[in-house]
Amino acid sequence: MSVGRWVKVALVIAFIIAFYFTLRFFNLKPTSLLEAGLLAMTPLALAAVGESINEKAGLVNIGIEGIFMISAVIGVLGAEAFNNGSMGLVVGLVVGAFIGLILGFLSVYLKADQIIAGMGINIFALGMVPFLLMVLWAFPGIHIFPQQLMVPSFYTPIGRISPVTMLSIIIAFIGHFFLYRTVLGFRIRAAGEKPEAVDVAGIRVDRVRVFTSVLGGALAGLGGAFMPLCWFGGLVKEISAGRGFIALACVVFAGLEPLLSLIAAFIFGFTEGLAYSVAITPGVKEVVPFYFVAMTPYITTIVVVATTIGKKRFPQAIGKPYSRE
Amino acid sequence: MEAYRPFLISIVQSAFAIIIGLLVGGALIAFFGYNPLKAFIMLFKGAFGGLSETFETLAYAVPFMLTAVPFAIGVQAGLFNIGAEGQMYLGAVAAVAIGGAVSMPPYIHLICSTVFSMIIGAVWAYPAAILKIKRGVHEVISTIMFNWIAFWLSIYLIVYHLAEPGRAERSLPILPTSRYTVLYHGSTLTTVIFVSAGFCILLYFFLKGTKIGYEMRAAGANPDAARYAGININKAIVLSFIIGGMASGLAGASQILGRPPAWSLYATLGNVVGIGFDGIGVALIGRNDPIGGIFASIFYGALLNGGRYMEYYVGVPSELIRAVNGLIVLALASPEIISIIRRRIRR
Repeated sequence: MSVGRWVKVALVIAFIIAFYFTLRFFNLKPTSLLEAGLLAMTPLALAAVGESINEKAGLVNIGIEGIFMISAVIGVLGAEAFNNGSMGLVVGLVVGAFIGLILGFLSVYLKADQIIAGMGINIFALGMVPFLLMVLWAFPGIHIFPQQLMVPSFYTPIGRISPVTMLSIIIAFIGHFFLYRTVLGFRIRAAGEKPEAVDVAGIRVDRVRVFTSVLGGALAGLGGAFMPLCWFGGLVKEISAGRGFIALACVVFAGLEPLLSLIAAFIFGFTEGLAYSVAITPGVKEVVPFYFVAMTPYITTIVVVATTIGKKRFPQAIGKPYSRE
Repeated sequence: MEAYRPFLISIVQSAFAIIIGLLVGGALIAFFGYNPLKAFIMLFKGAFGGLSETFETLAYAVPFMLTAVPFAIGVQAGLFNIGAEGQMYLGAVAAVAIGGAVSMPPYIHLICSTVFSMIIGAVWAYPAAILKIKRGVHEVISTIMFNWIAFWLSIYLIVYHLAEPGRAERSLPILPTSRYTVLYHGSTLTTVIFVSAGFCILLYFFLKGTKIGYEMRAAGANPDAARYAGININKAIVLSFIIGGMASGLAGASQILGRPPAWSLYATLGNVVGIGFDGIGVALIGRNDPIGGIFASIFYGALLNGGRYMEYYVGVPSELIRAVNGLIVLALASPEIISIIRRRIRR
């Protein structure tokens, strides 16, 4: 455990040093990079914090990718319907919570195989997103919405920062506090470790788990709606591009700790921002094909997870349906 | 009769999940203002309305019986291998590299390009197995990341190294010496169906009839007991990834070497994208059995083939079919639905 922590600290330090010299080498502006990194971090952080809490309660949701995709599309639909980008974020959050509710219901009451149910959501989203793009906007695979629907960012000394990004950082701290300093947080952790004990204490394991599934789904839904409404300014049918699984990698890296999830999301988001910033630098873009730059987030994810996973301790009852004897 | 009971139960579960998927799909069709009954009638007509439609359905089924294999054999060995998509992309690129860029005598050429794509599929599957064994990286995360790396790598290879001169949108076409023969003109069914169905049938006998196959299933059913019995679980993991990779590579090749009229890979990967993921649903409908997968793939091929008619005549976008596949998977994930409904009916 302690070795794993030192490896993590060393990784972060190495990352910062490498980052500094890369900037010096390419003459990049740190603020624009920070902006790009924080944008890429936000959906990962939101989903990873929610999923950390969900997994602490003993559920696994690998349908985050699908939630990202569907809430991105419905979020844009909501923004257009209310003519307000922030309402689109709320709609995305509600859609995510609803999918979380379905997954929670299937896992808790119907004792579904959680990984297969999550894959079902992902496959459903892969078909549903292009279907919705066709039936809603009658255009295959892409939709650009009016740019006044974009949620405005704050101007700060370190660059433009989306309010959702600030919210995601706050949520990570609240999540940590919630898990370790509140009664409900204690029950959530107990439900993942010893559901029988929670049940004997007169607390409904099923309700705790459905609650965390809805919470995780809602945060992932907010992250999904963030992508078009605060970041890309449009929808494509592969909008999430594996980010739901990178969020899962953050959760694994963090060993289900919300604050470490935030750091992991920052590392992964930053690598993505850095890769794209370097890619458009004169002198680099002529030599390195764009395709290799596009691969970097995924390669980073594999390398980071493979080098730091070590001996993580996961809740004992994770992934197992609880049934009263 | 009693011996067939588990078999019958699994067929009932699949049929039930299919009905739920189609019902919810129909509700979606109705929700967006189309006529669901008309849509399903056109879907059926498009899939089985005549001889050429039926053969076309079989042509659609070919890759899915193969991309179902990695997930199916993975589950049998206790894994969730969802890397079929990336292995399939690179199998398709490998088929182009040998089938389009190298000239060889007929038949030998076809065998070489098919085998090479299977090898490349297995090579791409191998690292996920090693990461699982040596570093404990969950295969769901690693295989998805490898899928996306494979996506960009394949586009790079097609655009930079295997592009057809003067036509940027696709790869070199496959030389006539490396093409599977079209079985029925008026459909795109080629002899590659015998290769893919043969692969699945051989795999069935490998799993049920050999010692290694038995050990793999034992490792999946109860890892602790299997370890106690002296079974090498790591070997089972590696083997299931490699067999899955071979099947996925073959699936990619089947779309390049055995699917007119393109006989090439589009630079967007448009003619193969999604085949690997849909294979997960097909594997589950086929109850993670290679032979069951053949029947499930014919069902899914019928949906895809008929979906085009549904889109043409009723206007429902054919992407709905993949959403229905996801709904079927959701229903199959929760087998208790059936017993709950049965209890309700009995009351």
